[in-house]
Amino acid sequence: MLSLSPRGTASGFWRYAAPVLALALTALTTGALFAAMGRPALLTVTTFLITPLLATGGLEALLVKAAPLVMMGVGLSIAYRANVWNIGAEGQYIFGALAAGGLALALPAAPGWVIVPLLIAAGLVGGAGYALIVAWLRTRFNANEILTSLMLAYVAQYLLVYLVTGPWRDPEGFGFPQTALFSDAAGGPRLIEGSNLHLGLIFAPLIALAAWVMLGRSVLGFQFRVMGQAPRAARFAGFDENRLIWLAMAISGGLAGLAGMFEVTGNQGQLTINLGPGYGFTAIIVGFLGRLHPLGVIPAGLLLALTYLGGDAAQMNLGLSSAITGIFQGILLFCLLGSDVLISHRLQWKRRP
Amino acid sequence: MPPLVELAGITKRFPGCLANDNVSLTIAPRQIHALLGENGAGKSTLVKIISGVLHQDAGQIIWCGTEVTIRDPAHARSLGIGMVFQHFSLFEALTVAENIALGLGTARERVGLRDRIIAVSLSYGLPVDPDRVVHDLSVGERQRIEIVRCLLRNPKLLIMDEPTSVLTPQEAKTLFATLRRLASEGCSILYISHKLDEVRALCDVATIMRQGRVVAHCVPREKTTRELASLMIGRDFLPPASRQASVTGAPRLVVDHLSLAATNPFGTALREVSFSVAGGEILGIAGIAGNGQGELMDALSGEILAPAADTIQLDAIPVGKTGPHGRRRLGGCFVPEERNGHGAVAGMSLAENFFLSGQLRGVLARFGLIRRARTTDFADRVISRFDVRTSGTMAEAKSLSGGNLQKFLVGREMLLDPAVLVVSQPTWGVDASAARAIHQAILALAATGAAIVVISQDLDEIILLADRIAVIAAGRLSDPVPVAEATREQIGLLMGGVASHA
Amino acid sequence: MTALLVSVIASATPLLLAALGALLVEKVAVLNLGVEGMMLVGAIAGFAVAHETGNLPLALAAAIGAGMVMALLFAVLTLTLRANQTATGLALTIFGRGFSALVGAGYVGIAAPTLPRIAIPGLSDLPFVGPILFGHDPLVYVALAMVGAVAWFLYRTHAGLILRAIGDQHDAAHVLGYKVIRIRYLTVLFGGAMAGLAGAYMSLSYTPLWTQDMIAGRGWVALALVTFAAWRPFWLMIGAWLFGGIMYLSLYMQALGVPVPTALLSALPYLGTILVLVLISRDRRRIRLHRPAMLGRPFSAGG
Repeated sequence: MLSLSPRGTASGFWRYAAPVLALALTALTTGALFAAMGRPALLTVTTFLITPLLATGGLEALLVKAAPLVMMGVGLSIAYRANVWNIGAEGQYIFGALAAGGLALALPAAPGWVIVPLLIAAGLVGGAGYALIVAWLRTRFNANEILTSLMLAYVAQYLLVYLVTGPWRDPEGFGFPQTALFSDAAGGPRLIEGSNLHLGLIFAPLIALAAWVMLGRSVLGFQFRVMGQAPRAARFAGFDENRLIWLAMAISGGLAGLAGMFEVTGNQGQLTINLGPGYGFTAIIVGFLGRLHPLGVIPAGLLLALTYLGGDAAQMNLGLSSAITGIFQGILLFCLLGSDVLISHRLQWKRRP
Repeated sequence: MPPLVELAGITKRFPGCLANDNVSLTIAPRQIHALLGENGAGKSTLVKIISGVLHQDAGQIIWCGTEVTIRDPAHARSLGIGMVFQHFSLFEALTVAENIALGLGTARERVGLRDRIIAVSLSYGLPVDPDRVVHDLSVGERQRIEIVRCLLRNPKLLIMDEPTSVLTPQEAKTLFATLRRLASEGCSILYISHKLDEVRALCDVATIMRQGRVVAHCVPREKTTRELASLMIGRDFLPPASRQASVTGAPRLVVDHLSLAATNPFGTALREVSFSVAGGEILGIAGIAGNGQGELMDALSGEILAPAADTIQLDAIPVGKTGPHGRRRLGGCFVPEERNGHGAVAGMSLAENFFLSGQLRGVLARFGLIRRARTTDFADRVISRFDVRTSGTMAEAKSLSGGNLQKFLVGREMLLDPAVLVVSQPTWGVDASAARAIHQAILALAATGAAIVVISQDLDEIILLADRIAVIAAGRLSDPVPVAEATREQIGLLMGGVASHA
Repeated sequence: MTALLVSVIASATPLLLAALGALLVEKVAVLNLGVEGMMLVGAIAGFAVAHETGNLPLALAAAIGAGMVMALLFAVLTLTLRANQTATGLALTIFGRGFSALVGAGYVGIAAPTLPRIAIPGLSDLPFVGPILFGHDPLVYVALAMVGAVAWFLYRTHAGLILRAIGDQHDAAHVLGYKVIRIRYLTVLFGGAMAGLAGAYMSLSYTPLWTQDMIAGRGWVALALVTFAAWRPFWLMIGAWLFGGIMYLSLYMQALGVPVPTALLSALPYLGTILVLVLISRDRRRIRLHRPAMLGRPFSAGG
């Protein structure tokens, strides 16, 4: 029978090979799933993973979708390393978008060099502020952050619906649930004239780089890692647990808010009831797939951005529901978590004793 | 009479170590058989094989004349093998009766359980109350539950793993009486220990193990303590030199009426703890596990803050409301009992683990960034000065053996030039040579004028190291007395919670 | 008043069913955050089978089976492959959302047979107590009966004792010879079955329709309820009714035309969950006392 035996030390090879194995297993599993549903397996998988890249503007669309995922994935990686389970990034993303959107609507005439820095600050503050409610509930009342952050994500969604159907609705929008369009200046500069490539595409890799230095080299990053791996050792060292929880929530929430801000101002140009395809939850997968390592999050973010494009392509070319994006993401995370066992364990054939 | 059990050529290998190498021994009916050896000699592995928790890689177990393969603990129990573990296999949140019921296999065995518990506990002098919840019970009471649980199944072989390490000398005496009576009624006993006097007093024969191998079979009463010790340790046993007290006057650590509520429902509250330690002095704090040692350690290191600042003073500065960082700034250094996860982060390198407590005193950070070269250099110095066996400063803490990691952790604090060192269980689970190195380092540090507190359950260790001894029981600390004036009898009474006013 | 209590009981039922499963799973110290995903898959499985066959018992069996298959996935990953329980639970929810949306795409806006009310002639017509006590659909009674059954199992049977023992100290249970992993597998499967049933209640009785994401966070509320109840079945019932009340309140106020926007009223149950969590969690000692000591910790035999 197949059995697992622990390795003495973690395998460095499998730490990086596991995601690749997981991706291969995911392609196989989804292919099998489609075959079972009577669909051509190979065609579906290639439509999903390869077609979008070959389409015109495919790369541009990929980068625009990857930017928010990378930003949020970096933030969540930091929080998860510190054992702070913020799974409500979706809510913080919405709050960053609301703060920025509200500001852009309030200052329609401000020039770019004024409004863009203000929007960035608004996104950060909006997301971090909403996340700090979770930190407060955890440190003050010991309330589980998994549940509170998730509940607050639902609350944020309803607040968004209220605002865009109520007080913020565009009076000239024929009753559609959306706000007026933001000014061109609020959209920020384009990286390539005429493209959809906004400032967030520069911010995302820079944030990843900064987070990498912070986690690996700084005292704060060390404190996060110790708290995540051995909370008692953190107390022994004299680290302030509550302060670290506040910081981890503020960083992950702030980055989620920043992602929301770039998405609505740089990409969508207005607030609607639908601010994105659930980036906040996908970012959780991005974090794990990237090994909770800020640089690993970049390829992981690109891959998961591809699954959104793949969902669209499958819908257009094969008439499948775009829900297969969710299935693919779920299976990918399953396969990754399963493959991870190889980092700490060896797989062997053993005869029963 | 045919032997009850015969082990022949038992071998068990773990990744990176040969825990049992061709081990053979024979236990006769009604025999009290000692398995003697240092920590890490392979005793626990052997016992886990006999009780079905682990499986041997090679070798036979012959039980009552027939070869058996012990599949799992339930199978071992059905053969008649009962085991009382060193770390008890009890369920904190359940009652005594529930705990015992869990140890009995079939529904038939559980009929009338309460009455049978009371009957057995009365007839063997092992008082237990079936309706109490385990987390309220003392360690001695817990051990009695385990023994009662075994006895209810009428075992043929009872295995006791280091039973007296959690008992006062008086409780140990009662236990011995119970074991002798059991043996006389026909139950063999395999008694695992590293305490020589005990083995000589109690056991009929002894098997001595070292580094996974059997090095001798003997009748312990025919050997001197010293002969047994050199068999166990493998070289001539040197009694430690008695040390000269080097007390230099002014108290460096003062604890003044420290009271602290328990922080969790299974903890112990500290009550009016007072003591002071002078420079160059070593104070030993003895006591049975779970009497407030953990809480005292946390209060001294600053992980739990005292209600008032002046209840704890470091070099006359009140620090009761100062956290671990502030206390380290003033020269406080600490080695907690638990290595992995408390004193060290298992998955981090030794260099990072040096940073954990050395950041401040080693000046290892600048502009919020870790000075990696300097940190590595410090870690390197600990490794070479304290002879830590490892592949280097990048090795993960969990890759080190218990003894080597402990040397690193003690060495880490020593290198930080402490004014006051508090160390808990300095040699728990550490092999003999590492233990000796740690003891020497502690003595050497005292000679430089630091004040040292050693919290230990090992009375021998305290007698070896300390100038004065105090006993902690139920969160109260007895008045410290000079070790030279203390008797084991008196210390034993204090451990049992009998108040003293010296 | 009568309508209020009937409605509260109805909205409490899916919470109670799912939470009872989650409670037992947490009692063996496994934290499965995938309740939401298992409920969604149960909901669509039940709805689809009911629509295709018109056979309601078969539909319920399908929902239970679907929940168990999802739970099995979780069990293999966390218990056999020792994956992180938090992450695996999240994966289960993400997967369940996608899978139910894909399968359910063809079932949006169509009808299926709904669970019948059990009307007892005479009794159901009694004023006030009649409609409250009688005339619900069978799952309401199943949920209430399960409260008693789970409590009896946990505290009155030897098997329940073993379950609690594993949650308290799995290493000790292993040393005593109990099959920790096998028992955890079975319990996790039971949790999946209950979540599947809760999902079927949503799509076959409560709503009763299939809409995407129709569980709307109830799986997470069920998990919060387990903490609220401090892992005790009867308190779970009280908690479920309390939440049923809050949900009813938010609908009722919308219907009354209270001058608060609908969207904000809809957020009320989620805010209520947070409030309840806060009230209950602030007493750290109580939580520690009741919380299964090994909750969320992986176990491996041998070595």
